[in-house]
Amino acid sequence: MANMSLTKVPMPEQDPNVRNKNFEEVATGYTAEMAIEEATRCLNCKNKPCVSGCPVGVQIPEFIALVAEGKFLEAAAKIKETSALPAVCGRVCPQESQCECKCVRAIKGEAVGIGRLERFVADYAMAHDTAEIVKPEPNGHKVAVVGAGPAGLTCAGDLARKGYAVTVFEALHTAGGVLMYGIPEFRLPKAIVQKEIDNLKALGVEFVLNFVVGRSETIDDLFADGYEAIFVGSGAGLPTFMHVPGENYNGVYSANEYLTRVNLMKAYKEDAATPILRAKRVAVVGGGNVAMDAARSAKRMGAEEVYIVYRRGEAELPARLEEIHHAKEEGIVFKFLTAPVEVLGDPDTYLVTGMKCQQMELGEPDASGRRRPVPIEGSEFVLDLDAVIVAIGTSPNPLIRSTTPGLETNKRGCIVADDEHGITSKDGVFAGGDAVTGAATVILAMGAGKRAAAAMDEYVQNKNK
Amino acid sequence: MYKILEKKTLNANTKQMVIDAPHVAKKAQPGQFIILRVDEDGERIPLTIASYDREKGTIMIIFQEVGATTKKLGLLNEGDCLHDFVGPLGRASELEGLKKVAVVGGGLGCAIAYPQAKALHEMGAEVDLIAGFRNKDIIILEDEMRAACTNLHLVTDDGSNGRKALVTQVLKELIDAGNQYDAVIAIGPMIMMKFVAETTRPYGIKTIVSMNSTMVDGTGMCGGCRLSVGGEIKFACVDGPDFDGHLVDFDESMRRSAMYKKQEAHAVEAHECNLHKMEVK
Repeated sequence: MANMSLTKVPMPEQDPNVRNKNFEEVATGYTAEMAIEEATRCLNCKNKPCVSGCPVGVQIPEFIALVAEGKFLEAAAKIKETSALPAVCGRVCPQESQCECKCVRAIKGEAVGIGRLERFVADYAMAHDTAEIVKPEPNGHKVAVVGAGPAGLTCAGDLARKGYAVTVFEALHTAGGVLMYGIPEFRLPKAIVQKEIDNLKALGVEFVLNFVVGRSETIDDLFADGYEAIFVGSGAGLPTFMHVPGENYNGVYSANEYLTRVNLMKAYKEDAATPILRAKRVAVVGGGNVAMDAARSAKRMGAEEVYIVYRRGEAELPARLEEIHHAKEEGIVFKFLTAPVEVLGDPDTYLVTGMKCQQMELGEPDASGRRRPVPIEGSEFVLDLDAVIVAIGTSPNPLIRSTTPGLETNKRGCIVADDEHGITSKDGVFAGGDAVTGAATVILAMGAGKRAAAAMDEYVQNKNK
Repeated sequence: MYKILEKKTLNANTKQMVIDAPHVAKKAQPGQFIILRVDEDGERIPLTIASYDREKGTIMIIFQEVGATTKKLGLLNEGDCLHDFVGPLGRASELEGLKKVAVVGGGLGCAIAYPQAKALHEMGAEVDLIAGFRNKDIIILEDEMRAACTNLHLVTDDGSNGRKALVTQVLKELIDAGNQYDAVIAIGPMIMMKFVAETTRPYGIKTIVSMNSTMVDGTGMCGGCRLSVGGEIKFACVDGPDFDGHLVDFDESMRRSAMYKKQEAHAVEAHECNLHKMEVK
C-alpha cells in the first residue's frame, strides 16, 4: 500500500540564520528512513509521466521502487544507466518544472520528491559503493571534448563507456565548468563534483587542463592531431552588462566574476590569495538562479543588506522556487518591478556608493510572452550600496566561433546545432549545452551532451565502415 | 606542472624566467599573454609573453615583485614547477605592413615593448625604440633592446643614465624632426601610455597601447578586465590587450586597476611577515 501523505518528507536543512553565515550545504539530505518513507509515496504508474519530463530519461519509478526496498546501491546503478552526474542533478535540477511537475501525486498534494531521492541514492553510493570502476575495452577510436562542464562531462562519460579514447580540453585550471566556478559550495559541494570527475578519470577519460581551444589550438588543429570527432561544450561564459552609466565603478561585478572569485578561487576562505570586496550593502541585478546564488554568496561574505533588483514581478522570477524560498529565508530583500538606471560612485575613490533605480509597472506581453515592464515617470530612487553584482545573463564565448572556419553560428553568437544529435555545419564537429542554447540549465546541457555522444558514436562507426 | 628552466635577476625586484610550456610556445605571438598560478591555492595572474621558443617549447616571462603572488613567484628557483600556466591568451599584435614605427617602453613595460620591437625589426621595419626608466638601477634588457631596433633612445627620469627626459619628450622631438611613423606602440604604466597617446593625438599618428587589466580567467568569462574604448565596453583579455590609445579611457582604467590596492598591500605585508618568521626559525 502506497504512502498517501500529501506532502513530501521534509528535507533537513541548516537553520537560515546559521547557514547565511557559512558556506556549508544548505540542505543536509535524507536519512535512509526518510528516503524509504518518501519512496513509498510513488504509485509506480504504468505510463511513467515523470520520465518524459527528464532530459536524460532517468528510469524514475524503477529506481524509486529499489529505494523503497532499501536496495540503495541497485537504485544508484539504475540511475547511472542514463545519468552521468546523479549527485549533481539531485541537487541542482529544476525538478519542479521537469520530472516532478508530471508526477500524478502532484495533482492533489506534492509530487514525489524525485530530486531528493536521487540525491540520497547518489550520496549513498558515493559513501558505500566499493566496486572498482572497470575501464571498458578500447574500440581504437579517439575523440575530443571541448569544455569540462556538464555537457562535456556527460558526453565524455558516454563515449568512454563505449570504448573511445576521450580527451577533455578545459581552459580553467579545474574541470567542472559552471559546477565548479558558478554554483556555490552551499548548494553543490565541490567535493561531490570532484568525485564525479574522478569517476570519469577511472573510466579512462583524459583531462587536459589550462588548454584554451581557439587559442592554444584550434578545432582544425585537433582534427590534425587525430581526433575523429569533436564535441564543443564551451558554455555561455561571456557576461552581459547593463549598459547604464557608472557600470565600470569599482565594486560592480559580473555574477561570473563574483562567483568565480568566491567559488573557484575560494575567496570565502580567510587566507585566500584572490582578493574580493567585502561589501556591506549589495544589490544583485537579475532574477535567475545565478542572481540567487550571487545574492546568497554576498550575504555569506558578510554583507548586512543584500537586495535582488528585478524589473518584473515576483511571478516572473526565472529562478527555481526553492532558491527564491531559501534566499528569502536567509534575509535577501527582493525589490520587484525595479530597474537600474545608473550606478553611482565616489569620484575620488571610484568606489560604488549607490544605484539609482526606477519603479516599473507591467504592460502588454512582449516577445517572451511575459508582460513587459514599463517605467513609471518620476519614480526614481537611490539605493545606498557598496557593490553591485550584474546577473542578467551571458552569451557564448567568441574564441571558438572566431577561429573555426565553417562552423555556423546565429546572430546571438550561439553555435547552430540540431537538437536531436548536436550536429553542426562543420563535418565531425558536434555541439551542445549553453554554447548552443545560450544560458540554460545543467540538466539540459547534460541531455545535449548525451545525445551528441550517441550521434558521435554513429558518425565515427559509419566513417570507418 | 610547468617547470622553471632558467631564472635570472634583471634588477632588484625584476626577474626573468623561462618556463617549459610546449602547448603555449607552439602558438604564441608578440602581444599575447599567459595566466599562471604559483601553487594549488594561488591567485591567477596575467603576464605578457616576453619571448617564446617553439622548438624548445619554452616561454619567457619577466615580472616585477609587487604583489604577494609575484613575490612568491620570485622565490621559486630553476627546477621548481608552477602549478598552472595557460595561454597564449589575447589577440596577437597586428604588426603586418608597418614600415616605420616608434616603440615606447616604460620600466617593466620594456620587457613587453622589446619583443614587439624585435618582431618589427626582424620583419624589416625601421624601429625607433624609446625606453624610459626611473633611474639607472632598474634598467633592464639594454643589450637586447639595442639589438632589436634601428635606434635606441634610453632615458631616465633622474638622468642617472643617459639623458634626463621623459619618453614623451623624446617621442615629440623625433616626430617634430620629421620622422613619419606608421604607428607608435606604447607599453608601460598606464599614465605613460596615456601621455604617449596625448603626444601623438595632435599629429594623428596611430597609437597602440597594451592594457594589462586586472583579470581572473583571461578567456572572457569574468568581465573584470573591462575598459571603455571609444565609449564601448571591451574586455582586455579577448578584445585586447592591444587597443587604440586615442580611444581608451585611461583615467577610468587607472582607477579600476587600483581597486584591490589595499588588500594587495595587506597580502604583501602578511607574506613578508611569514618570510620573516621563516628567517627567524
